[in-house]
Amino acid sequence: MSLIDARGLSRTFTVYKRSGRLTRTRTEVHAVHDLDLAIEAGEMVGYIGPNGAGKSTTIKMLTGILVPTAGHLRVAGVDPSRKRRSLAHRIGVVFGQRTTLWWDLPLRDSFELLQKIYRVPPDRFRTNLAEFVELLDLGDLLDTPVRQLSLGQRMRGDITASLLHDPEILYLDEPTIGLDVVSKGRLREFLRALNAERGTTLLLTTHDLQDIEALCRRVVVIDHGTKVFDGPLSELHRQGGSTRTLVVDLVDEAPPIAVEGATTRRVEGPRQWLAFPADASAAPLVAAITATYNVADLSIQEPDIEDVIRELYTAG
Amino acid sequence: MGELLTPLVRYYEISALWVRASTTYRASFWMLTIGGFVLTGVDFVGIWILFHTVVSLGGFSLREVAFLYGGTGLAIALADMFVGRIERLGSMIRLGKLDTMMVRPVPLLIQVCADEFALRRIARVLQALVVFGWASAYVEWSPAKIAMATSMVVSGSVIFFALFIAFACLQFWTADSAEVANAFTYGGNTLTSYPLTVFPGEVVKALTFVLPLAFVNWYPSLYILGRDDPFGFPAWTQVLSPVVAVLMAGVAALVWRTGVRHYRSTGS
Repeated sequence: MSLIDARGLSRTFTVYKRSGRLTRTRTEVHAVHDLDLAIEAGEMVGYIGPNGAGKSTTIKMLTGILVPTAGHLRVAGVDPSRKRRSLAHRIGVVFGQRTTLWWDLPLRDSFELLQKIYRVPPDRFRTNLAEFVELLDLGDLLDTPVRQLSLGQRMRGDITASLLHDPEILYLDEPTIGLDVVSKGRLREFLRALNAERGTTLLLTTHDLQDIEALCRRVVVIDHGTKVFDGPLSELHRQGGSTRTLVVDLVDEAPPIAVEGATTRRVEGPRQWLAFPADASAAPLVAAITATYNVADLSIQEPDIEDVIRELYTAG
Repeated sequence: MGELLTPLVRYYEISALWVRASTTYRASFWMLTIGGFVLTGVDFVGIWILFHTVVSLGGFSLREVAFLYGGTGLAIALADMFVGRIERLGSMIRLGKLDTMMVRPVPLLIQVCADEFALRRIARVLQALVVFGWASAYVEWSPAKIAMATSMVVSGSVIFFALFIAFACLQFWTADSAEVANAFTYGGNTLTSYPLTVFPGEVVKALTFVLPLAFVNWYPSLYILGRDDPFGFPAWTQVLSPVVAVLMAGVAALVWRTGVRHYRSTGS
């Protein structure tokens, strides 16, 4: 059996809306609807979708926080909402937008409290802590209260906190949200190593396609509570017909650039926007353009996750 | 027994860390504790002053009233100290703190109650203990009465534990119901600080059958103070407190479990 095994998983919320002075109407919102998901041990899966698609609701069901309305769900062989506490030993959860650490306690105390909560053997705790502090560069921050940490520092603290008890599965809900490019890169590097060296299964929700590109061979896309794609990233780009954009700043204004493998979408003075397939390399394109035009500057815009999903719909 | 003790050990470990964290600011800790002691102390002074103009209150002397006051005061102070944090359940839900607690291997109720455990709440326990101790000095103690007093404090605390928890669970459904809970817990404490003979019979019936706060101090105290029941309830009601406490704890546990299973979390 798969490590995570969901079949027909659904969660409905009943919402009451005021419709008059005293009356209210009852509506059912299907946050997650009839979701099938099987994830094997050791996989790194990107779970993506627009806001309100049902990503967090899924994670909350997988961790046992929310009770599913319908469907079959087993994580590490148990029903999460009924065996929440025993499952807790085997999973780690990082909520990107909020901390699981204690606001007023120094990082060190938070970690120590977690050691007690998870009953981590002292020597195991020391080795793990030393390793994560080293890898995530937390050494100077251990005595700082969490409220004084920057977002990136706090995220590193949160990730350490979620891993001290050697979980088999790590759920990351928007782990790179609000981080700068350097922090994002380091975090991805760390997660990749974690998966490779410890075999930790990773399920991450994100808005950032680069997270997926850097980490996940497999992508699951959810929209309006339903799974709309499950497969490798390259396949998603192909199916969604997603494009990257090459922004070209010419020295002088020019008519739209005509070059093979790309279409000019927009021209604004000397600046032009060229769309090309996301799975194609930008190098030949850049070479072709610089051979014929006087180029002042170039930059590449990655496809936006919302665009990919929108195009996935219009294409399908 | 181990099943029962483990959560308590976890409670102790979590709260101990909070105590250690808060006592790093020693001056502030002592100021808050002494402040709390004085503030709650003023409460009883009110009753004391009352007795300068009256000889008895509902047929009870100052020392007897002090015994009742101390009995319920001790029960609610202990409940407030150990489970009082549950009042913050609504904000824990809003801030997503409950979500993070739910993915940890310690019973959720233990985590909620031990969260940011504040030792300074002991001020209220001490104040109640002083009043109770003073009143106790005038009781003619016997082994049976000592057993009854012990049972009274333990059962009374458990009854208030249960009330705190059950009413806090309303916050699973409506976020801003903390005040409703206060009306019953602290309101109930105020009622039971006086001999119930000052109230109409309906109040006593309500405090016996509906919201059984009379079992916190009133019935066991009647036994300890050697009084006949002024409302004519049979003498065996005076030993019922532990039974009521167990029942209330059962109800609270049921409400809590239902609340957790209906928990909807927040948007993100």
